[in-house]
Amino acid sequence: MSYITKPQVGHPGLPKNALGLTRRDYEGSMSTLCAGCGHDSVTAAIVQTFFDLDIEPHRVAKMSGIGCSAKTPTYFLGEAHGFNSVHGRMPAVATGASAANRDLTVIGISGDGDSLSIGLGQFCHAIRRNVNMLYVLENNGVYGLTKGQFSAAADLGSKSKRGVPNLQPPIDPVTLALTLGATFVGRGFSGDREQLVPLLKAGLLHQGLAFIDVISPCVTFNDHEGSTRSYLYTRDHHHDVAPIDFVPLRKEITTTSRIGTTTTVTMHDGSEIRFRKVGGDWAPTDRVAAYEHYRRLAAKGDVVTGLLYVEEGGGDMHAQNRTVSEPLYDQPFEKLCPGNDALQELQKGMR
Amino acid sequence: MQERNTDRVNDFALKIGTVNGTGSASANSLLMQAIFRMGVPISGKNVFPSNIQGLPTWYEVRVSRAGYTGRTPDFDLFVAMNPATYERDIREVRSGGYVLYDSSWPLDPMLDREDVTFLGIPLGAMCVEEFTGSRQRILMKNICYVGALAALLDLDLEVIRGMIGEKFSRKAALVESNYRAIDMGHAYAVEHLECPLPIRLAPMNANDDSIIIDGNTALGLGCVYAGATVGAWYPITPSTSVMDGFTDFCERFRIDPETGEKRYLIVQAEDELAAAGVVIGASWAGARAFTPTSGPGISLMSEFIGLAYYAEIPSVFVNVQRTGPSTGMPTRTQQGDILLCAYASHGDTKHILLFPANPSECFHMAVEAFDIAERFQTPVFLVSDLDIGMNDWVCPRLEWDDDFRPDRGKVLGSKELADLERFFRYVDWDGDEIAARTLPGVDPKGAYFTRGSGHNKYGGYTEDSAEYVEVVDRLLRKVASAGEVISAPIVRDGEDAKYGLITVGGCESACLEAVDALAEEGIGLDYMRVRAFPFHSAVEDFLARHEVNFVVEQNRDGQLRTLLTLETSARKEALLSVRYYGGFPMSRHHVVEGVHAHLNGAQT
Repeated sequence: MSYITKPQVGHPGLPKNALGLTRRDYEGSMSTLCAGCGHDSVTAAIVQTFFDLDIEPHRVAKMSGIGCSAKTPTYFLGEAHGFNSVHGRMPAVATGASAANRDLTVIGISGDGDSLSIGLGQFCHAIRRNVNMLYVLENNGVYGLTKGQFSAAADLGSKSKRGVPNLQPPIDPVTLALTLGATFVGRGFSGDREQLVPLLKAGLLHQGLAFIDVISPCVTFNDHEGSTRSYLYTRDHHHDVAPIDFVPLRKEITTTSRIGTTTTVTMHDGSEIRFRKVGGDWAPTDRVAAYEHYRRLAAKGDVVTGLLYVEEGGGDMHAQNRTVSEPLYDQPFEKLCPGNDALQELQKGMR
Repeated sequence: MQERNTDRVNDFALKIGTVNGTGSASANSLLMQAIFRMGVPISGKNVFPSNIQGLPTWYEVRVSRAGYTGRTPDFDLFVAMNPATYERDIREVRSGGYVLYDSSWPLDPMLDREDVTFLGIPLGAMCVEEFTGSRQRILMKNICYVGALAALLDLDLEVIRGMIGEKFSRKAALVESNYRAIDMGHAYAVEHLECPLPIRLAPMNANDDSIIIDGNTALGLGCVYAGATVGAWYPITPSTSVMDGFTDFCERFRIDPETGEKRYLIVQAEDELAAAGVVIGASWAGARAFTPTSGPGISLMSEFIGLAYYAEIPSVFVNVQRTGPSTGMPTRTQQGDILLCAYASHGDTKHILLFPANPSECFHMAVEAFDIAERFQTPVFLVSDLDIGMNDWVCPRLEWDDDFRPDRGKVLGSKELADLERFFRYVDWDGDEIAARTLPGVDPKGAYFTRGSGHNKYGGYTEDSAEYVEVVDRLLRKVASAGEVISAPIVRDGEDAKYGLITVGGCESACLEAVDALAEEGIGLDYMRVRAFPFHSAVEDFLARHEVNFVVEQNRDGQLRTLLTLETSARKEALLSVRYYGGFPMSRHHVVEGVHAHLNGAQT
C-alpha cells in the first residue's frame, strides 16, 4: 500500500524536542504491514525514542535484513539512511557501516527468522564483536511473508494456525545473547510501550551492542489460541523483571515520581538507568544471576521481560581495535597512503 | 652411458624435495635470494601440500639468463631430501641431469638410473654429529644442502653468509650454527664432488632494480596505498597472506605513533558471507573496504555480490584462485573462476574484473580496483591466483606517484546537496550512466533507502516493470562503459604473425616464452594478454586482426574463451583453446604443444 502517503503538514501545536523537531519528523512512510501487527507498535516506540533523545535523524543508519521486520525501518526516521540488505545478514552490514563511520547511530531491526535461523551465525558474531549498535529482534515465532511457517523461536508445543504443534525446541535469543557475552540484553513486548521506550533509549545510548528481543505478535499467522506468541498469551504471562527509568544525561525525570529505585547503572555518557524492584538473587549487572533468574522464571512459563543485563565499559568493536576517534571513512588520504619514500625504504628489505 | 653436459651457465632448473614442516622453506628462500643477489634472473615455485607437517613438499628454482620465468618441468638437478618421494623425484630429472641425495643411508638400487649422476652427501649423519637436539639437526640439514649447492652451482658463499647474518641479526647463536651448516655442506661437496657442475651460476646484473615479492603481499601493500581502511575476511588458502600483508603494512604505516591508535580496522569474520557484508556496509558508509578470498569464498559471497551490484555499492573482492571445483586442491593453482566472477550472483549481473599477471600488477591493480569500484559504484574483482599470490617473484622495484589522489566517484556532500532541489539516488543526471551517491550521517537531504529489492531511479521500492527495466538497463550500460577505462590489454605484435595468441593472468610467463620458441620454428604469433573485463576495444581489434586466435588459459572448460565468445563479436570457430589445468603453473611446453596440436589438426 505504498501509494498511500502521509500528509506532509503536521498540526502546528505538536510538541517539539530540543532540536525543534516534532514526532512527525521521526516517522517514515506509511506501514504496509497487516493492521494490528506488533511491529508497528515497535516502530511507534522507536519513533518516540529517537524523538525523546533529540537524535538528528540523518545521523542514524537503520539496517535490516529480509522479512516483515526488515520492512519496518522504512516506517521510521524518513531522514535517516536505510539499508534493507539480504536475509539474515544485517549484522555484517551493520558491522561494516559502524566500522567505516563510528559516529553513526546504528539501529538494526531483525526478526526471529532473520536472526535465529538463516542469520544465527551473524547474530552471534555481531554480539561477540560488540558492534556499537542497537539490535532489535521483532520476535513473533513465525515467518509472515511466506505465510506462517514456524520459526526457530517458536516454543515447543506452540500451535500453528492450522493447529499443528511445533515439535522442535526453540532458540531463545535472550539466553543465547547472555551466554555469548552480550553487554546489554533486554526483552520487551510490543504491547507495552511504557516498558519498551526506556529499554530502547538505554539500548541506543549503550556503548556496544544492545540486544533487545521484542515479543511482537503476528496478528495474521500467530495470534490464535494455542500460540505462545499471541497478544493474549503474552499479556497473561508477561513478567517484567524490574521496570526501569532511563534518565538521559541532561534530563531529570519528569514523569510521575517512581518509588523504590534500588539499582542505578551509569552509562558511558553519564546517562542513568534506574531499576526499580531489583531484589532477590537477581542483579542486572551480574551475568550469571541474570541468566539464572531468567531461566527460572521462563521455566515457570513466564514471558520474562525487562532489562536483564547491562555491562557498561565492555569495550565495543572500535575500543577492541583501538581505532582512531575520527571516522575511518573520512581520513585524509595523506594519513592513509605512506607515499613513495616509505615504499622505497620498505623495498630495501625485499632484496 | 650418460651424456656429458656442455656448460650451461645461468640456464637451468632444479627441484628440491623435502618434508613439510622441517624448515626447508627458509633454506629454499635463502637459496633463491642468494641467486637473486648474484644478479641472475630467477623464479621460484613452491609446491606444497594442504598440510602443516609431515607431507612431501617441493621447491622449484629456475635460473634463466634470458629472463624466462615460467615453470619448467625439465629439471637438471634434483635435491632429493625426502626418501618417501625418492622414486618419483628421481624419475623427474632429465636425462644427463643430477640427483643430490642424503647418502647417510644407501640408496635403494632399484632407484638407480644410468642416465643421471648421483651426488651423495651424508647430510643427516654430518648433522647428527655436528648438532644437538633432533629439531636443530633437521633444520640444519636443510641449511647444509644449501651449502653444498653453493659449491656445486658456484653460488657466492659470502652472499649466503651475509644473508644469514641479516636474517638472524638478533640471534647470534643461530648465525653461528647456520654458518657451520653452510660451511659443512660446502666443504664436503668441494672435497668429494666435482665442483662446480656444468650447470652453474655466474654473476650478472639483471636484478639491480628489482625486488623479490609475492603477489599477495604486493596486493596487501596496494590496498594500504589505495587508502583502504576496512578489511574483512575469513581465512582461506591461498588468499590468507593478502590479509597478513595488509595487517603487517598497516601496523607499520597506519598506527598513530603518539596515541597508538589505528587508522584501519580488520574484521576476521565468521564466514565469507559476513566478510562480504562487512565490506558492503563499510563501503556504503564511505570507507574503502575489501575482502580477500578464494573461489569457495566467492561462491559463498555471491548473494551479497548481487546486492552490491544492484544497490550500486562500491566493493573490492580479491579472488586468489585455487584449483576447483568444490574444495578441489587448495594448494594448487588454476584460473577456474573467470566465469564465476564475471557473472557472480543470481539474476542478470555482470562485474568488472582485473587480472594481474605478477606481483607488480597486484600492487597497482589493487589501487585501480578501489578507484574503479568507487567511480562505477559496483563490485570489482581482483582475480589473481595461487602461483602469483604465494610464490616469490622477481619484479621491478615498485614506484609510487605522490601526486596520486583516489577517485572517490560521485559522492555528494552537504555543499553539493544544497544546490539540488531534491536528491534521488539512482538518477543519472549527466548521462554517464553513473548516479551520484551520498553517505550516511552527512546530510539530511542525502538520505535514501538502500535496497536489494526492486527499485526505481528515485530509490523507491517498485514492482513496476518499466521502472525496474530502466534501472537494470542503466546498470548494464554502466558496467560496459568501464571497459575503456580499466587496464587495457598488453599487446605485443610478432614478426610475420599469422595468428594471435590470447592469454590472461599468470599464464603470461609461459606464453611469452612459447611465443619466442614458436617464432623460431617459423610460427609467428601476435600476443595479447587480457587484463580486464568488460573487454577493452583493443581486445576486439586484436580479435578482428587474426583469422585464428589461440586462447591460452588454466582451466578445463576454456572460460576465457567462453567469455570472449559471449562478450565480443569473435566467432567461436576462430578461437582455438589451449588449456592446462592440472594445478601447477603453466609451462612453455603446454602452450607450444597446444598450438602444434591445433596447427597439425588443421593441416590434416
